[in-house]
Amino acid sequence: MSAALYAKAHRTITEIKGPLVFLQSVPGVRYGERVTLVDSAGNKKSGQVLEVGEHAIVVQVFEGSDGLDKKGTTVFFSGDVVKLGLSEDMLGRVLDGSGNPRDGLGEIFPEVERPITGSPLNPVCRQQPFEYIETGISAIDLMNTLVKGQKLPIFTGAGLPANRVAVQIARQVIRQSKEELIVVFAGMGITSREYNYFYKEFQDSGALANSVLFLNLADDPTIERILTPRLALTTAEYFAFDKGRDVLVILTDMLNYANALREISSAREEIPGRRGYPGYLYTDLATNYERAGIIQGQKGSVTQLPIVTMPNDDITHPVIDLTGYITEGQIILSRELDRKGFYPPINPLPSLSRLMNLGIGKGKTREDHRQVQDQLYALYAQGKELEKLTAIIGSAGLGETERKIVRFVERFESEFINQGEIPRTIRESLELAWDLLSEIPRTELRRVEDKYIDQYWRGARP
Amino acid sequence: MIIGKISRISGPVVHARGMEGIKIRDLVRVGELGLVGEVIEVKGDYVAIQVYEETDGLQVGEPVKSDGKPFLAELGPGLLGMIYDGIQRPLEAIRDQTGSFIARGATGDPLDRTKRWHFVPTARRGEHVSHGDVIGWVQETPAIQHRILVPEGVSGKIVTIAEGDYTLDEPVAELDTGQQLFMKQLWPIRRPRPIVQKIAAGVPLITGQRIFDVFFPVAKGGSAIVPGPFGSGKTVTQQALAKWSDADIVVYIGCGERGNEMTEVLTEFPHLEDPRTGQPLMHRTVLIANTSNMPVAARETSIYTGITIAEYYRDMGYDVALMADSTSRWAEALREISGRLEEMPGEEGYPPYLASRIAEFYERAGRVICLGRDKRSGSVTVIGAVSPPGGDFSEPVTQNSLRIAGAFWGLDARLAYSRHFPAINWLTSYSLYLDALQDWYTQNAGPDFLEMRRELLEILQKEEELKKIVQLVGRESLSEPDKLLLDIARTIRDDFLRQNAFHEIDAYCPLKKQYYMMKAILMFYKACQDMLSQISYEEIRKLPGWEHLSKMRYTPNDQTESFFPKFIEELSAVSQEAVA
Ligand SMILES: Nc1ncnc2c1ncn2[C@@H]1O[C@H](COP(=O)(O)OP(=O)(O)OP(=O)(O)O)[C@@H](O)[C@H]1O
Ligand SMILES: [Mg+2]
Repeated sequence: MSAALYAKAHRTITEIKGPLVFLQSVPGVRYGERVTLVDSAGNKKSGQVLEVGEHAIVVQVFEGSDGLDKKGTTVFFSGDVVKLGLSEDMLGRVLDGSGNPRDGLGEIFPEVERPITGSPLNPVCRQQPFEYIETGISAIDLMNTLVKGQKLPIFTGAGLPANRVAVQIARQVIRQSKEELIVVFAGMGITSREYNYFYKEFQDSGALANSVLFLNLADDPTIERILTPRLALTTAEYFAFDKGRDVLVILTDMLNYANALREISSAREEIPGRRGYPGYLYTDLATNYERAGIIQGQKGSVTQLPIVTMPNDDITHPVIDLTGYITEGQIILSRELDRKGFYPPINPLPSLSRLMNLGIGKGKTREDHRQVQDQLYALYAQGKELEKLTAIIGSAGLGETERKIVRFVERFESEFINQGEIPRTIRESLELAWDLLSEIPRTELRRVEDKYIDQYWRGARP
Repeated sequence: MIIGKISRISGPVVHARGMEGIKIRDLVRVGELGLVGEVIEVKGDYVAIQVYEETDGLQVGEPVKSDGKPFLAELGPGLLGMIYDGIQRPLEAIRDQTGSFIARGATGDPLDRTKRWHFVPTARRGEHVSHGDVIGWVQETPAIQHRILVPEGVSGKIVTIAEGDYTLDEPVAELDTGQQLFMKQLWPIRRPRPIVQKIAAGVPLITGQRIFDVFFPVAKGGSAIVPGPFGSGKTVTQQALAKWSDADIVVYIGCGERGNEMTEVLTEFPHLEDPRTGQPLMHRTVLIANTSNMPVAARETSIYTGITIAEYYRDMGYDVALMADSTSRWAEALREISGRLEEMPGEEGYPPYLASRIAEFYERAGRVICLGRDKRSGSVTVIGAVSPPGGDFSEPVTQNSLRIAGAFWGLDARLAYSRHFPAINWLTSYSLYLDALQDWYTQNAGPDFLEMRRELLEILQKEEELKKIVQLVGRESLSEPDKLLLDIARTIRDDFLRQNAFHEIDAYCPLKKQYYMMKAILMFYKACQDMLSQISYEEIRKLPGWEHLSKMRYTPNDQTESFFPKFIEELSAVSQEAVA
């Protein structure tokens, strides 16, 4: 983070509570400004002004208030909002959750400094996304296509391989783009095991040279997590809109981010909303997630792939729910598929890419893509219902077509979804899809036009 | 000018002191930057202000100024085709000042002051006019005549009025009282624009969407809510209505939602044609965009800015449709501001006045006799999206909206998961306007239209009961007529109710085509029922009619009359052949 001149020093702390420090008011303090706190032992912490009044000032301390004392701590007000220094030298670097190097490779000299909160992109300047990103994963590319400029989260459960999926995507898209694309990775509250995994994967695959990593580990200060995604997104915007690069931002785990927000809110004794999260959680998450997109007439794009853990696999959990309300779809990992040993365990039914239509079809993927996807969905949904039914009444109660649909479900899961880490091109995914569809009588393929059935369907004609 | 000083800053809420004479809802300028805000609480010496821009960097002691007037919307020719933020700043002007990213302190006239409009008077010299009278018009877009109305508080005998090209700052007429009339007027957004009276709803808003026009119509001047979990189709529904409904004017409010969705409207609407006028849709549309990452206080305001513009066109005698996506984000903005004021929270942290705010908003919908001597009528139809947490409709915003809205279009996650779109649950949704619209449908849509509607719904209800049986004993054990009913129900669901908003033909379905599609399905059902006594159900399943029914929605709309009567005839002929 930027160095600043700390003009005003104060020692008027009245109370320290959780991550918050309350001071007697001093003139000239600005709302939102960055502060540095130095305790009696000379340790530095950074913070931000959360509230200014005639009598009191509230400061949130990113590294937590442990070790601060009322008497011995000095507070320096910087006169400026929290900013991040940016430079192309950030590529290949690993930084901590506050933006300081953690790889021991020395300081990065900034080319520009930007406030980390960012500004809203004017809707009249946005370019409607139009280009798909090939992740190599059929359940995404064919069923829920990722589009450049989109924000598409992965909803996962404890123990499900979301990180593996994210790393696989990062690797694949960097390779696909011939190293044009860069990845900005923000880890919030991840374990050191996870960190080692990410670092090793990024390094081994050579992706690291095209990446910037911001890492706040599980034992790093929790409040710092409020900064981490903002640092990552500020970096992403810099590479995208200053340098014209396509940037993929991976944010993991946004649940930990939201929990840090909750901690601050409860320390401030704000009226809690659902499950103790503050009422402004939606707005706060949106100010992060909305920082994705493309600008008209400009090169570069920011695509977001946030990862959010569903506590108890509960999709109605507020952080998941609000994320779903802001992002442009969601990829959902399924415990059921994972238990069956399938990887990637993406459940296509509740997954959705809302921008898919903009990125697929003739001239982009293939003209039959939309309808094939639609048909696979319909059959899979119907087949899953039939599976449930069979569990109750046995397969004897099923007609012949219905049995075929149940068989389709089996193949769809074990072959189409369960592809392992070997990437498929979109054409390969489509071919496999038609292979599955060819086992279904053509009269049941109501969502595909005749011309495509004539062209691609290879089943037995009646 | 009232001038005070900032005493506290907490996010979008700023407190000030020393603002004697200030009233609630007065517009203020906050700090050296002059950020726009509105007074939301006056308590003794101190006032609370919601600020429409980010408050970062403000200090205690900075000035707060006000001229004691509320926030006023600017109304006049040039609104159509515009895109505004929640406080009616044109986003294009903001772009010109601050670039691709919105920075603070941008300003901009809501309406172009330099443009000359050709004014054609309809009132004459010597005529006495008062509030609401039409004095002339301007051709705002090829399809819309913008009627120039006498504003509130103005009346007298016209002494000068002349045809000609005027800017909005030049008077087009003068009264004997010395008052001048302009093409532009101002209105405080939180006050409903006055009318003579509300009148009964009697005409549906035809949307081109089968599930609404046939099953759950909303009346012109009525209100509908579209609640549903994320990704279930609220926005696609709202946009479909903005595109295809037969309103004269559409006001579309993106309230706390996605930037890309507004861009989508901006990208598509100029290239889409209004099916009635052949004009680009943008020519009848006003957009208000206060996306989720734009300041939260301006989000709260966007709803009022939008409905004021809607009422203004209603007052000219137009049928206006207003879409608000999403009213939940507006309610949350209320909650956020209320929380910063440390008000006593009600249910789920929402302020206790949530219910009355929602009611006041929906009450601004209506079919009305407008002010003015010609007794013209106009309407505002309000369609509000609701985003209940966890998709649970028992939450306060859904419940309070339900109490007021006349149509309930409940979106269903399960339907959305199986990609049945629009994912409107046909069993739980309802419209309270059916009785009022009965005559209209009988006269304009076909004498048997509502009877067919009833039959379709009955089949779907019967299906629901049968499904429970199937779940216990399996489909094979059903009687043949019941199997037939299940398949017909599936046809109704898949080939009639399902409507792909992105299909070039199916996106919009004219009412006549809807009529024929219903007729074809019911005709075929009847024929199959008759055949059951003669051939087995297995054979009926193999009839080509099923497949034909599944394709009929792709018949080009302009071939409706040439295709369907013959199609229906053939359907029954083929079925008869099967028996023979
Ligand atoms: N009528 C329709 N035809 C085809 N697809 C549809 C239709 N309605 C919805 N969809 C699909 O569902 C997706 C989600 O719809 P939409 O964006 O309207 O959801 P929403 O309810 O507004 O969600 P949120 O609350 O998160 O904004 C769309 O991107 C589209 O893929
Ligand atoms: Mg939506």
